[in-house]
Amino acid sequence: MSNPLVSFRHVSKAYGAVQALDDASFSIEAGEVVALVGDNGAGKSTLVKVMSGTIVPDTAEILVDGKPARIQHANDATALGIATVYQDLALSNNLDVVANLFLGHEIHGAGVLDEVEMERQTVDLLGELAIRPRSLRVPIGSLSGGQRQSVAIARSLLGDPRMIILDEPTAALGLAQKQQVLDLVKRMQTRGLAVVLISHNLAEVFAVCDRIEVMRLGRNVASYPCEENHRDDVVAAITGARTISAAASS
Amino acid sequence: MTDTTTKTAAPAAPVSPDGRPEDPTIRTMLRHFVRSDSATGIAFVQVVVGLAAIWTIFAVLNHNFLSPGNLTNLSLQIVAVAAMGIGVVLVLLLGEIDLSIGSVSGLGATAMAALNIKLGVPALLAIALALLGGALIGLVHGLIVAAFGVPSFVVTLGGLIGWQGLQLFVFDYTGAMNVSDPLLLGITGTFFQPWLGWLLLIAGLLIRGALVARVRSRRAKAGLVNVRPWVEGLRFGIVAIVSAAVIVMFVQDRGIPLAVLIVLGLILVMDFIARRTIFGRRIYAVGGDAQAAGRVGINVGRITVWVFMLSGTFAALSGILSATRLQSVTQGAGSGDILLNAIAAVVIGGTSLFGGRGSLWSALLGALVIGSISNGMDLLALASPVKLMITGAVLIAAVIFDASVRRRQAR
Repeated sequence: MSNPLVSFRHVSKAYGAVQALDDASFSIEAGEVVALVGDNGAGKSTLVKVMSGTIVPDTAEILVDGKPARIQHANDATALGIATVYQDLALSNNLDVVANLFLGHEIHGAGVLDEVEMERQTVDLLGELAIRPRSLRVPIGSLSGGQRQSVAIARSLLGDPRMIILDEPTAALGLAQKQQVLDLVKRMQTRGLAVVLISHNLAEVFAVCDRIEVMRLGRNVASYPCEENHRDDVVAAITGARTISAAASS
Repeated sequence: MTDTTTKTAAPAAPVSPDGRPEDPTIRTMLRHFVRSDSATGIAFVQVVVGLAAIWTIFAVLNHNFLSPGNLTNLSLQIVAVAAMGIGVVLVLLLGEIDLSIGSVSGLGATAMAALNIKLGVPALLAIALALLGGALIGLVHGLIVAAFGVPSFVVTLGGLIGWQGLQLFVFDYTGAMNVSDPLLLGITGTFFQPWLGWLLLIAGLLIRGALVARVRSRRAKAGLVNVRPWVEGLRFGIVAIVSAAVIVMFVQDRGIPLAVLIVLGLILVMDFIARRTIFGRRIYAVGGDAQAAGRVGINVGRITVWVFMLSGTFAALSGILSATRLQSVTQGAGSGDILLNAIAAVVIGGTSLFGGRGSLWSALLGALVIGSISNGMDLLALASPVKLMITGAVLIAAVIFDASVRRRQAR
């Protein structure tokens, strides 16, 4: 844990009397997959929103590449190389894969779309990630959930981020499709990306992650390497049956 | 229209234009023509089959229906609805509705006539000012929809009533106005010699051919799969044959009507904008899922305002075209069934009422369907209650079809 790519320390956020985050911290290295787990209301989503810039914390100390950084807005996070794929994907179901990948950032000359170039880059990107949608030119709504999730993830990679946050990427997927997404996580890891995985499903978390961070009541309560023999400890930490200091991670 | 794929030189992933893994058989090809997969395509064949059925019925019942004279009349009759339909397509693609277009067309015609006849403004300037007025009205509607989040249904319903009031207010001072300016009458009264039609057709085919060839070579260079040449050739041939048939038909009567050329040109331009530009792509995106579009950084409000401005402009244009064909503007201009006809035409033509799916060509095809039914029933001297009921039934059939496509797509 010498040189984290991104680290957040002393993150606090209160909504009125509710302390959503209470001196939480999070750090990740390049090429690392870190799972963020915890019960509902543990503060995972709030922490993700802080990292992606959609909410501004009351206090936070943010270091990117060891240098202090500020994230006040989603654009700040994007500029720092932090991309987020939300649970609802934000895809336009009536448009095809190519159109969705470039939506909002279309390649064009004088306002006229350059379909050939966009399709070429789509083929390259999807090929690199081994994403094989049924077709690039059918409405994305007619693709399977796993393929849609893959396209949403691929879209977030177009901006060349260094860290990607996946919010419940497998929540609505079938078994085979879950595996597609988890394979994609591994491929992103080999590309050197830092991947933050938010999930309720411990089995799939253990299948891909390097480290697992447990949150409870707005704090980090435990940190484990992703090894099967820690599974009971993780469950205990989530439910609060046992609290182990996360001193090792700092 | 959807593309069909070849597997030649396919990269590792199935990523042809319509990347189906299987080789296209005649059956899959037919399916592509019948069923429209892409957002910008409409179910072309259903509309054409429906139109052919309507034409066959009327041709059997009245041998004058398919005469060049009647078909030329039909073309001029549908010009106003088709022009209004262009705006309707854009608004429906956005997932909104504009109920004010009938009133705006009446007001546009009134403004143009009053400026030209009462105030002596030159015809072209009067037209430009009327179009500008339509755009400003659309701007107001769009701003209200975008800024306050009021449903466009309500905003434009208010517009329907309010702009009609303004039109009547103008008429309080004038009464009916007869359009007599030769330039204005010329818009729907000018017919060109055959050579112009053939010249335009050849130029159009050459441009299309050059563009297709350019895209094909660029795709090949980029390692992307091209549509099979014979499919491209088939499309090219269909366009050429249909266009040539239309020209031959017009030539046997009075010639190539200017008004038809104007509307065709506008549809071509707007179709290009809708399918090939960022602005058009974003209209489809907002219509498909406004929230998702906003999340990727698209300015939904700005797109909305622009589309309502275009809708108002095309409504005013439609009113002007009507006025020059009927050679007069009355208090009732735009208050009849043109609003519902334009919306019905576009939906019959295959553009979805639910947003994000459709094509500019549905304005023309739908206007042709509605116009044919109306024209044919006039030839048969049917009473207007019957006409209304039949038109209504066709509309409902089209909407049922739309809803079933949507359900199948959503899966």
